Amino acid sequence: MEFVWAFLVGGLICVIGQLMMDVLKLTPAHVTTSFVVIGALLDAFGIYDKLIEFAGAGATVPITSFGHSLLHGAMASAEDHGFIGIAMGIFELTSAGISSAILFGFIVAVIFKPKG
Amino acid sequence: MNLQGRQTWKFTNSIYLNAAGTSVGPLESEGPLGSFFDKTYSDLHCNQKNWELAERQLMEDAIDVCLKKTKLQPEDINFLLAGDLLNQIVSANYTARGNGIPYLGVFGACSTSMESLALGALLVDGGYANRVIAAVSSHNATAERQFRYPTEYGGQKPDTATFTVTGAGAALVSKEVSDIKITSATIGKVVDLGIKDPFDMGSAMAPAAADTIAAHLKEMNVAADEYDLIATGDLSGVGAPIVKMLLKEQGIDISDNHRDCGLMIYRPDQPVFAGGSGCACSAVVTYGYILDEIRKGNLNKVLMVATGALLSPVMVQQKESIPTVAHGVVLERAEGGN
Amino acid sequence: MATKEEQQAYAEKIKPIQPKPPYFINCLKAFLIGGLICLIGEAVQKFYMTYFNFSAETAGNPTVATLILVAALLTGLGVYDKIGQFAGAGSVVPVTGFANAVTSAALEHKSEGLVLGVATNLFKLAGAVIVFGAVSAYIFGMIRYLFQHLM
Repeated sequence: MEFVWAFLVGGLICVIGQLMMDVLKLTPAHVTTSFVVIGALLDAFGIYDKLIEFAGAGATVPITSFGHSLLHGAMASAEDHGFIGIAMGIFELTSAGISSAILFGFIVAVIFKPKG
Repeated sequence: MNLQGRQTWKFTNSIYLNAAGTSVGPLESEGPLGSFFDKTYSDLHCNQKNWELAERQLMEDAIDVCLKKTKLQPEDINFLLAGDLLNQIVSANYTARGNGIPYLGVFGACSTSMESLALGALLVDGGYANRVIAAVSSHNATAERQFRYPTEYGGQKPDTATFTVTGAGAALVSKEVSDIKITSATIGKVVDLGIKDPFDMGSAMAPAAADTIAAHLKEMNVAADEYDLIATGDLSGVGAPIVKMLLKEQGIDISDNHRDCGLMIYRPDQPVFAGGSGCACSAVVTYGYILDEIRKGNLNKVLMVATGALLSPVMVQQKESIPTVAHGVVLERAEGGN
Repeated sequence: MATKEEQQAYAEKIKPIQPKPPYFINCLKAFLIGGLICLIGEAVQKFYMTYFNFSAETAGNPTVATLILVAALLTGLGVYDKIGQFAGAGSVVPVTGFANAVTSAALEHKSEGLVLGVATNLFKLAGAVIVFGAVSAYIFGMIRYLFQHLM
């Protein structure tokens, strides 16, 4: 059942992105940037956690989850370290994603050649 | 009087296009005009190690083939007029470095083919050159990389987008008699009707094409139907109907004799969205196919109008609209030559 | 340069000729591929939880890393751009799109060398996401913090 929700919610978030591209004529960069900010905003109101609970990967795979993780890590760290914790914790939860992207992107770029 | 009206040149001497060379990439060689091109590559890298070198290879090929056909050497050529789409027109610059021909780099985006051909004919007609080579190149990957996105990026292009042709074309112009004459040329004004979408160049360039065609017909005092073919460079699927509509508003009807090179170079089933674009689009279709049709006698008088979008990625990011230009050259069947 | 009226008149004139995007089909394709990628993500997450004893919270990390690796490979193999043309937002919005943006930019600029080409351009396309994500997280974080501590 979780698989169904993951599929539906993930697909729906992508449809919103597609409409932003086709109707609002936004570039992919603008769409993903908007989504990451929206993800952070939804976490600010505590909504994104609930979405993750029932949609699972349908909420953690889209880039919105990146925004959620950034804020989540900041707030968790703020609880331990006070105000300065916000800055300390921003990349805590997203570190795996960013590090992987850098590492794998770099390695693939070294090994492969663009095909056009 | 060589100048006709404000922006048209009527060449008083007999200027001939002696030979042309074309070199293209895989998609173009698989297209409907594949057999008309002199050199074809099945690999987009053209056996070079990066995209820019591949484009340079294409331009060098086109010039080489052109020279071979006339049994001339680079030393026999007075001037090379060349351009491409890349910043600082490096494909042309570095090719000129290679062949040592006195060099005039020109930029007109995708209109460079006819810009260079017109200027070449002008130099010969004015007695300032005996032999000129006009050459242009473009490459799908170098254009994507510079103007749009990395080639492996998974962005989605709309149906209005055009597909930069991978290829190069070079033509030799002189007073030596051949079977193709260059009789006149019209230099276009830059036209900008406010189109901002770099994924819809057809809509941006159609007004420039209409402007130049109308100016040419008026200043040469000829009717549109005197031409067997009025061809545009790369208006493609979106711009071709627009240019016909704009001209109709001025009382000029080209629906019977208009074709667009961007629609001729690819088959509809090839993944090319609205059609071909790029400097090479007009160049290879003209120098490969249209010249052949003229030689065979299927076409006698052709007005070739190459269209260019004079934008840059920075201008687009600064929310500027796209200025465009179109240059036209008339090619006619001649009796002489071998 | 044409006047604003001329520009507007032209835009109106060509509207019927300009092809509109196939809205429904595009959304359907985005839905299917986007949903599929999330489905795969769910499966990968379950895999890590079952065989590697990750908890529900921590399983997200290796899942995201796995998806990024796959997307990077597909980009290097020249496949992801074809998926992207088909799926549109369906491949841009999932984290795989982020990986593709990073990898494709790095790959493209290989000809300029490792330092000035690959490394410098790694975040050419994806940088905006990180910048805006961090800035908005910071701002929202500050606002929430102040709220919590002033209430």
